Amino acid sequence: MTLTRDGIAYRVAHDLPEGSYVNLGVGIPVLVPNYLDPQKEIFLHSENGILGVGPRAPRGQEDLDLISAGKGYCTLIAGAALFDQSVSFTMMRGGHLTHTVLGAIEVAANGDFANWRVPGQAVPGVGGAMDLGVGVPNIFIAMNHATNKGEPKIVNLCSAPLTARGCVKRIFTDMAVIDVEADGLVLREVAPGLSPGDIQNKTEAPLKVALECREIDVPPTFEGIQLHH
Amino acid sequence: MINKILANCSEAVASVFDGATIMFGGFGNAGMPGQLIDALRASGRRDLVIISNGAGTGDFALGALFGDGCARKWIGSFPSPSAKQFRERYLKGEIELELVPQGTLVERIRAAGAGLGAFFTPTGAGTELAAGKETRIVGGREFLLEQPLAADFAFLKAHRGDRLGNLRYRGTMRNFNMVMATAAKVVVAEVDELVPVGGIDPEDVHTPGVFVDHVVQVARHPRLLEVESSSQEKAP
Repeated sequence: MTLTRDGIAYRVAHDLPEGSYVNLGVGIPVLVPNYLDPQKEIFLHSENGILGVGPRAPRGQEDLDLISAGKGYCTLIAGAALFDQSVSFTMMRGGHLTHTVLGAIEVAANGDFANWRVPGQAVPGVGGAMDLGVGVPNIFIAMNHATNKGEPKIVNLCSAPLTARGCVKRIFTDMAVIDVEADGLVLREVAPGLSPGDIQNKTEAPLKVALECREIDVPPTFEGIQLHH
Repeated sequence: MINKILANCSEAVASVFDGATIMFGGFGNAGMPGQLIDALRASGRRDLVIISNGAGTGDFALGALFGDGCARKWIGSFPSPSAKQFRERYLKGEIELELVPQGTLVERIRAAGAGLGAFFTPTGAGTELAAGKETRIVGGREFLLEQPLAADFAFLKAHRGDRLGNLRYRGTMRNFNMVMATAAKVVVAEVDELVPVGGIDPEDVHTPGVFVDHVVQVARHPRLLEVESSSQEKAP
């Protein structure tokens, strides 16, 4: 069985601790706030100038001047701060945020990742991806384990244009949770019913299996979490 | 008496010349000076070099400026899928693109405004955007040398302004506006409200008037007064 996109987001949310300051990329990462424990005080950063992004603005209550990085109308939580781009990227590049959760095209065994330009993409855009890559201490990648064609996305060396080098800490996929360590990739958790061998079969880079490797803890009854084949 | 107030947007763009380099504030639609952009479109200037984070959000304001074909180059960070007019021009080879990581873009503008020559950043090191750039190892880490980025004009959007050029923003309007205010020879701010001197509490002046040459008060661009239904699906 594998996790849904919501299942991946649920698992990522578990690893964001109280007091973290988190930038979320597009794709699966935008689902993470749905699964954050409301008891934990966590501040979400939006690169256009918000620390303390709240839920989407209800219909009819949108403030045209208040948007998040995905260009959607958002709200602010108590204690939020607004600032300009220079301050925002000081937070990102300067190491002041604690975590970022990003999608990726490829992640390599050495912690390199590629997420800004699909090979062959006609009109490139980079945004803040490279600034997050060099600046945030804990870079989490949330993505499907393989491409739609079944090709591995966790590879020995990235072939897609790099976003940043040697910076990924942990990879969360529909099949596994993998840490990037100094001497390679360590398989920490597998989706229910999968074996470490199943994960290796879908992973180009070699995986070391942690002694304490276990199943990903996702309650199957949790609303929004469905395990599928 | 200092009076930086202009009567209308066409007066504000009158000194723009063919080939000028122009900064536009804004991230998405927030803080985009839509009326100044439309006045510039109406002026018919050509061969412009545009500096902005995105390349427009649809067939109006910044998007329409690219659609008109009056820009020869865009220096920016993220042309979103909604920047159709720019994308079409680019794919036809009709406009040059200088792609800059977002944090490097704002810092290059800040460097120009702050009187700095250049700076080293780790952003982009080891990537294809490092091509042709001087590198240096500092503390065992590779940095790229990035050059300051100035402009002939900066067109900004703020919420309130006064005749001295003091500006206050709302929400996420500050984005690139505050830094661009420091880095152009002529800085023009489009504001929702003009207030008397002292009408913005000194504690709340986000852009001090020293940076601003002209202020023009105008109702917001009609397309920037609409709630974009599609963007409801994208938050946060």
